[in-house]
Amino acid sequence: MSDQTPQAELIRQSLKKRYRKEKRFRLYGMLAIAVALGSLLILFTDIISKGYTGFIKTTITLEVPLDGELMYLQDPGDSEQLAMADFQAPILAALQQHFPEASSRQDQRELNRLVGSYAANQVRDLLKTQPALLGSTKTLEFLVHDTVSVYVKHADNPAYSIRLSEQQRRWVDQLVAEGAIQTSFNDVLFSRGASREPSNAGILGAIVGSLLTMVVTLVIAFPVGVAAAVYLEEFAPQNRLTDFIEVNINNLAAVPSIIFGLLGLAVFIGLFGMPRSVPVVGGLVLALMTLPTIIISSRAAIKSVPPSIREAAEGIGASRMQVVLHHLVPLAMPGMMTGSIIGMAQALGETAPLLLIGMVAFIVEVPDGFFSSATVLPVQIYLWASSAEQGFIELASAGIMILLAFMITMNALAIWLRKRLERRW
Amino acid sequence: MQTANLLPLVLVMTAVAYGLAYMRSRSVAEPLGGIRHLKSLPFYYAARAALWCSLPALAVLAAWVGFEGRVIQSLVVSSLPAHLAPDNAGEASLVLSQISNLSAGKLDAARVPAEIVGAAELLGQLRAQSQQFKSILVVLIAVLGATFAWTRVQPRINARENVERTLRWLFFSCAAVAILTTVGIVFSVIFETLRFFGRVPVTEFLFGSSWSPQTALRVDQVGSDGAFGMIPLFTGTLLISAIAMLVAVPTGLLSAVYLSEYASRPVRNVLKPMLEMLAGVPTVVYGFFAALTVAPFIRDLAEALGLQASSQSALAAGLVMGIMIIPFVSSLSDDVINAVPKSLRDGSLALGATQSETMQKVLFPAALPGIMGGILLAASRAIGETMIVVMAAGLAAHLTANPLNSVTTVTVQIVTLLTGDQEFDSAKTLAAFALGMMLFLVTLTFNMVALKIVRKYREQYE
Repeated sequence: MSDQTPQAELIRQSLKKRYRKEKRFRLYGMLAIAVALGSLLILFTDIISKGYTGFIKTTITLEVPLDGELMYLQDPGDSEQLAMADFQAPILAALQQHFPEASSRQDQRELNRLVGSYAANQVRDLLKTQPALLGSTKTLEFLVHDTVSVYVKHADNPAYSIRLSEQQRRWVDQLVAEGAIQTSFNDVLFSRGASREPSNAGILGAIVGSLLTMVVTLVIAFPVGVAAAVYLEEFAPQNRLTDFIEVNINNLAAVPSIIFGLLGLAVFIGLFGMPRSVPVVGGLVLALMTLPTIIISSRAAIKSVPPSIREAAEGIGASRMQVVLHHLVPLAMPGMMTGSIIGMAQALGETAPLLLIGMVAFIVEVPDGFFSSATVLPVQIYLWASSAEQGFIELASAGIMILLAFMITMNALAIWLRKRLERRW
Repeated sequence: MQTANLLPLVLVMTAVAYGLAYMRSRSVAEPLGGIRHLKSLPFYYAARAALWCSLPALAVLAAWVGFEGRVIQSLVVSSLPAHLAPDNAGEASLVLSQISNLSAGKLDAARVPAEIVGAAELLGQLRAQSQQFKSILVVLIAVLGATFAWTRVQPRINARENVERTLRWLFFSCAAVAILTTVGIVFSVIFETLRFFGRVPVTEFLFGSSWSPQTALRVDQVGSDGAFGMIPLFTGTLLISAIAMLVAVPTGLLSAVYLSEYASRPVRNVLKPMLEMLAGVPTVVYGFFAALTVAPFIRDLAEALGLQASSQSALAAGLVMGIMIIPFVSSLSDDVINAVPKSLRDGSLALGATQSETMQKVLFPAALPGIMGGILLAASRAIGETMIVVMAAGLAAHLTANPLNSVTTVTVQIVTLLTGDQEFDSAKTLAAFALGMMLFLVTLTFNMVALKIVRKYREQYE
């Protein structure tokens, strides 16, 4: 009895220490989760705070005198005159109505730099399509110059440097106060291709390019992946070849994506002579990359169909292929589709292999087919993020938000499909 | 006819073949007393006709499209007179692009030699001929196939067996695509790598300690001028990956432990998908975050502490990469920990051990091999990760272990070597393939070892 008391005491004392340890361990776990989720939160807030201004455009509304003498233009139907005419002049005149005191050459140059460089083209195109407007005064809306846009949107953000003179700032402030310079929803972003100027750059080209690429990927990867999964699950004999195929699939799932880019460059472009930067090649490369994901998830889906179904079908005389095509594949389809959508979402966000097959080209036009040069969303984001112009940063963040929106939609679709169509046996 | 039109045409012909064979099988069965006197259902006769019509034609079409460009190009180049014939691949691609621009009308014919104009005309001619032959051949094969299948709609022939065997072969070839892809990868890197080693000695590549491919612009200068030692790239890759693993392994492991041991079911159901979202974020987003937010932050922080930090520090890229890898580590270790037999855990708890003691002294040692496998897989992902380092790590190859310095990695160099203006065949481009081969070999080894460990571990407890 006598030596039990100190032992119990010892245990009781150590118990406290052990419980403290337990608590600490638990705290570490919570801390780890907090770190992970905290980074996710910081990532998202950082991108949203940088990118929401990308959805805003800054425009200036001016009363433009479409005076023929001012532009040296008598006949808008004459293409030679149209090429020679000075369409900046009426815009300058319209600006000078606001600032009559600005008349020196220097002032005029600074005034001209308030509107975007595509403004003159806008006037030209207007006169080309509606020659009757010559001589009238028209209220037109132009995109402002990028420096002005940065000033209007980010005047009090230290991350941006304002490249406007004192005088220009005063003018812009006045125009904003008068309501001539306004901000509105950036529809340019959704209606144009790439541009050297941030305010004139759109993401539509990249979205269409991504769509075309994804179509190629889906058309190739889904049937091939499902067929491969069916073969491996249902028909493959137990032999070396089958083992080799399985080892290959498992390894391909973990091969770095950039290696697939090298494959595309050497085989599709080098060996088969396919053109660079086209959605077909991009789609092929991404299809090979997503194939393992689709095969693995399709196999799991086929495996989850209960054996009773197979036995019942075989029992009434169905052939092996009939069992597969009439019963197993239709029943496993929701699972296969879920896996494929997740694989496609991965492919949508993939950048590295596409850089190597030339989808980094600067392409202004929205691609119009599987064989026209294109870029894709993540590559466009990469290009914008590495551009020197500061206006591109917000566009890159806005692009990321659009890309994430697509991916979240796809994943939500996958979850919905799983909940909705998957049967519990 | 264009390929884009030929493809739908073949499909339409297939549909017609299907319909005709279906009707014929019924009309054949009619005098016999119904389709039950056929060996197979009409559907199978029709399906066989469709397969005969489409498969050979499509195979020929694919082969033709795959090789026509090459063949036409070589024909055009060989038509050039000797003084214009290109000496190397770089010149060849220049001449070819000139010719094709000319034939597309993008280049003024007056500004190039007459021979090139002739070649451009030849190119146009050959293309037109190729289109013609292709269309005739494909349609002919489709018709022949369909006709053959049509004559074989006979009550005695078991069409179902034929169709099923063909399908089986089709399924097999789809599975074999995995092998083809691996073979394609190996061959695409191996040839260029061998050519690279023809110019730069293997030993220099493997053990050289300076990397500056930019100087090797002229082919005849290579041996003496361009430096292709991959050691600095390798150490850079290792440095960034090590930082990433330092972040990811403890965080991932502890999160997995917390989620599997402590979190209640509803909490787990919310937290786990959120954690997995980290893996779903595209790498270009992480790259953006690393380059524009984390790197400046680290630079400012280091400056505040009186340290010199590059604006493209290895630390920034490594940290962000670590965050990206957390879910890989956590979900793999979660699987592994859950695979430890319940009896081990119950026994330990019954002896009075706390949960953390059970975890640390029983479950963790038992799960260690599996966890190691998971960590290896995560490391291979870190080594092969491209976008984060392309955007956030530097280009200059410094041989350093200081995480505040800028380093470059194998993947960054592959991308930079292959995205600038390229001339195929220069030591620069070939070097990218050699680097790709090293990367492939290293990640392959990691994956194989990891998969083997994980499998062995699973078998141990099953």
